Amino acid sequence: MVQSDLKKFFVYSLFLGILILPLVGFATTTFNASRAFTVWGLFVGVLAFGLITKGIRHSGGYVNLSDSLAPARNKIKDKLLAVPAKYYILALLAFAVIYPMVANRYLVDVGITCLIYIVLGLGLNIVVGLAGLLDLGYIAFYAVGAYTYSLLNLNFGIPFWFCIPIGIGFGCIAGCIIGYPTLKMRGDYLAIVTMGFGEIIRLMLNNWDNLTDGPNGLYGMAKPTLIYPSIADGGLTWVTFHLKSLESLYFLVLGIAILTVIGVQRLDRSRIGRAWVAIREDEVAAELSGVPTMWLKLLAYALGASFASVVGGFFAAKLSYTNPNFFIFMESCIVLCIVVLGGVGSTPGVIVAAVILSAVPEIFRDLQSYRMLAFGAAMAAMMVLKPEGLIPATRRKRELHASDHHQHEES
Amino acid sequence: MANDQPILQLKDVHTYYGNIHALKGVSITIPKGGIVCLIGANGAGKSTTLMTTFGIQPSTKGEIFYQGRAIHKLQPEEIAALGMAQSPEGRQIFPNMSVHENLEMGAYLRNNKKEIAKDLDWVFTLFPRLQERTGQLGGTLSGGEQQMLAIARALMQKPTLLLLDEPSLGLAPKLVEVIFETIQQINRDSGTTIFLVEQNANMALGISDTGYVMETGKIVLTDKSSVLLESEQVKKAYLGE
Amino acid sequence: MDTTSFLIQQLINAIFLGSIFSLIALGYTMVYGIIQLINFAHGEMFTAGSFAGLIVLAGLQKVGFVDSHFILSMVLVFGLGMAYVAVLGVSIEQVAYKPLRNASRLAAILSALGMSIFLSNGMMLSQGVSDRGFPNVLGWEGFKIFDAKISYGQVFIIILAFALMYGLWIFVNSTKLGKAMRATAQNKSMARMLGINVDKTIRVTFMIGPGLGAAAGIMVGLYYGSVRFDMGFIYMIKAFAAAILGGIGSIPGAMLGGMIIGFVEVAWSAFLPSEWKDVTTFVVMILVLYLKPSGLLGQSATEEKV
Repeated sequence: MVQSDLKKFFVYSLFLGILILPLVGFATTTFNASRAFTVWGLFVGVLAFGLITKGIRHSGGYVNLSDSLAPARNKIKDKLLAVPAKYYILALLAFAVIYPMVANRYLVDVGITCLIYIVLGLGLNIVVGLAGLLDLGYIAFYAVGAYTYSLLNLNFGIPFWFCIPIGIGFGCIAGCIIGYPTLKMRGDYLAIVTMGFGEIIRLMLNNWDNLTDGPNGLYGMAKPTLIYPSIADGGLTWVTFHLKSLESLYFLVLGIAILTVIGVQRLDRSRIGRAWVAIREDEVAAELSGVPTMWLKLLAYALGASFASVVGGFFAAKLSYTNPNFFIFMESCIVLCIVVLGGVGSTPGVIVAAVILSAVPEIFRDLQSYRMLAFGAAMAAMMVLKPEGLIPATRRKRELHASDHHQHEES
Repeated sequence: MANDQPILQLKDVHTYYGNIHALKGVSITIPKGGIVCLIGANGAGKSTTLMTTFGIQPSTKGEIFYQGRAIHKLQPEEIAALGMAQSPEGRQIFPNMSVHENLEMGAYLRNNKKEIAKDLDWVFTLFPRLQERTGQLGGTLSGGEQQMLAIARALMQKPTLLLLDEPSLGLAPKLVEVIFETIQQINRDSGTTIFLVEQNANMALGISDTGYVMETGKIVLTDKSSVLLESEQVKKAYLGE
Repeated sequence: MDTTSFLIQQLINAIFLGSIFSLIALGYTMVYGIIQLINFAHGEMFTAGSFAGLIVLAGLQKVGFVDSHFILSMVLVFGLGMAYVAVLGVSIEQVAYKPLRNASRLAAILSALGMSIFLSNGMMLSQGVSDRGFPNVLGWEGFKIFDAKISYGQVFIIILAFALMYGLWIFVNSTKLGKAMRATAQNKSMARMLGINVDKTIRVTFMIGPGLGAAAGIMVGLYYGSVRFDMGFIYMIKAFAAAILGGIGSIPGAMLGGMIIGFVEVAWSAFLPSEWKDVTTFVVMILVLYLKPSGLLGQSATEEKV
């Protein structure tokens, strides 16, 4: 059985590689041989790697080796798991706080991007992971937050901290608008509709020149401000401090991220979180048990949207610029990728995945153009090989593997 | 020796649906040429037996032999090619294809156009109502007509073993009689062995040679059908006395 | 231009656009019908077909073959382009979809998305970020009905599109394999019990569906003169809308839906500000899904939990 699988896989993979060859670099006027060879070689290399690991895993040698290593591996795993989560969290926080002091400007900027994706990933995790609803247009809420701040700040001079709650409000409304028609839909239709909505919002921002200046984007927003009281000279004055330095912006988004993590964890353990699990597992049963499924679904969308709009406002403020092209469908895919790779429903998984997906491309700057290529392949590969993600949420793992449980038993 | 060999043999077959142990060591022997029935209450595992035999719901333990050949690890399409056909639970005719097309699908593995045409005529003599509705879409047929179509389609495969899953389900008594008469006729005329699974114990035992009684995934009783019809145990549990 | 001519012009444009959408929508509907998966990578089949056709055409043109043997060149361009994408489609199915046939909906959707991203970026890397020009082999000449100008190129494409759709119709309704495909789409396990090799029919579906998408891609390239790595996206959405409008899983539905979307788009462009026409397509799609998810002619789609 394994032999023929291997053979077929090899044949098709080679096939695919050979097929891609003419498309690769064979431009109509010039032929770029080195580029062609690189992409093809990369592709075949990845497939060969996958092939080899599959072969090794099935071979007797590996099984013996892993069995003998198992006790040692388990001991290490147990030791690591025995350390209470608190210490890991503290270590992580300590690292996050020290980070800007030891890193240069460029790396701090990467750190900020990382934290933004963490917040986005966690927000989408509420919708996809906790409530089990698919959303392919999540980035629209990010856009709502960014544009709310931009428009309010540019046109009415409203300061950052007032715009954020307004942004949350608009985000919630957008969440409900997007959520409402999808309440009765499931699976595939949900995917298309949410994708459609995401695109509608982007197209509206792009075409509504009077309001948003269309593809030019908006610029010139004020940076976020800190207002604190100070006692000087005669009495109490309020000092407005513009967060212009990169470090201060970093700490602001770190704060947002920490609040998001706390918020999501709380939600997961609350009654709402459990109700979402009920809906995810069996909606009809939940409905019959008195769970208000409609409200809870809308709530999931609204909450997810809120987190996105907060960090969207931050994003616009940090750059002092925003543009519809920041919110293309690909971005929604990236956030979804983060949630899925990290492990749908798992907070630590999403954090790790966000770090990997935003930081790693920066480290390998030269391979920047291959970044999305790798994303796509990784996403498909992940689903085929390990659908529960890097750090799976235990519930999900059971769900995803339940169907192939007994197919393994016979072979 | 070839004639003595049973056409189907299940040996200690176990099947799981997820974590549910549906078949718990089922052993059945079906000799060539006659009609064997499997009766039992709803949920006893009768349909599972057929589905496991056909490879749709593969067994986890045990062996299945068809004409002496081990089939428990084969794919359903391979088993069909060996000469087994089924009219499954729920009839499962193709709703968006016409009666004629459904029957054509029955003959999918066959190539001899003349033979297929002959069998089509034969099937229409068995079930004249199907001929009347030959262009109609399967989904628009009544329950009884769909049952006829399911059996007819299976016959188009020219099987050596025909599996029938609850052909009486949901049909009016008169129609049930007609169908069971036709089943007997099929067995007489073509010599096809028939393995019949039924909740309607009376009718099933009435037309079969041997019977098996199944309860919660296990065979609890087996004997000649005539004997089972008279048995107190069977009478109380399944014959409504 | 008087009203009659104007209407005739719009009619031809609508039929032209509609046929292209129909071809792409057929690819979606066939794949969805048989394995209940929305093939997000289908837009890339369309684009890949366009590139493949371009390469063949450019090659033929260099040796002057196109001028001397136009019809044969077209046969080669479409034939090779579609064949290439057919094999590409099957490969993707084997690598990214087949292993997930029993998995959750979410896994399958994400795998498809991943493939879509992979392919479009692959094409971007190899063919560049900007438009690639198609040689102008169709020419600008045409004829007039009243005052409406219809180019030979448009006529050629419309006839070819209809021929392909007719060919598909014959295949699906009159051949054994085609009927087996329909049977498999309606009930997989029953099809297997009749001896139909379901894996094989799925593979064939993934050759025909993407193949038709590729043909549409070549047509778009020939007519509009260029191809870009990301042009698949917007066509994909519109073809989605068409397939859903017609009833996902239904082949006549996809043909009908494609025509309707073509007409809607042409009508919109003719009378209303065209920059909003894409938004309209999305809105139409969402409305259809909300009000009548089974579409005009279709079986209702899977309502499984993600």
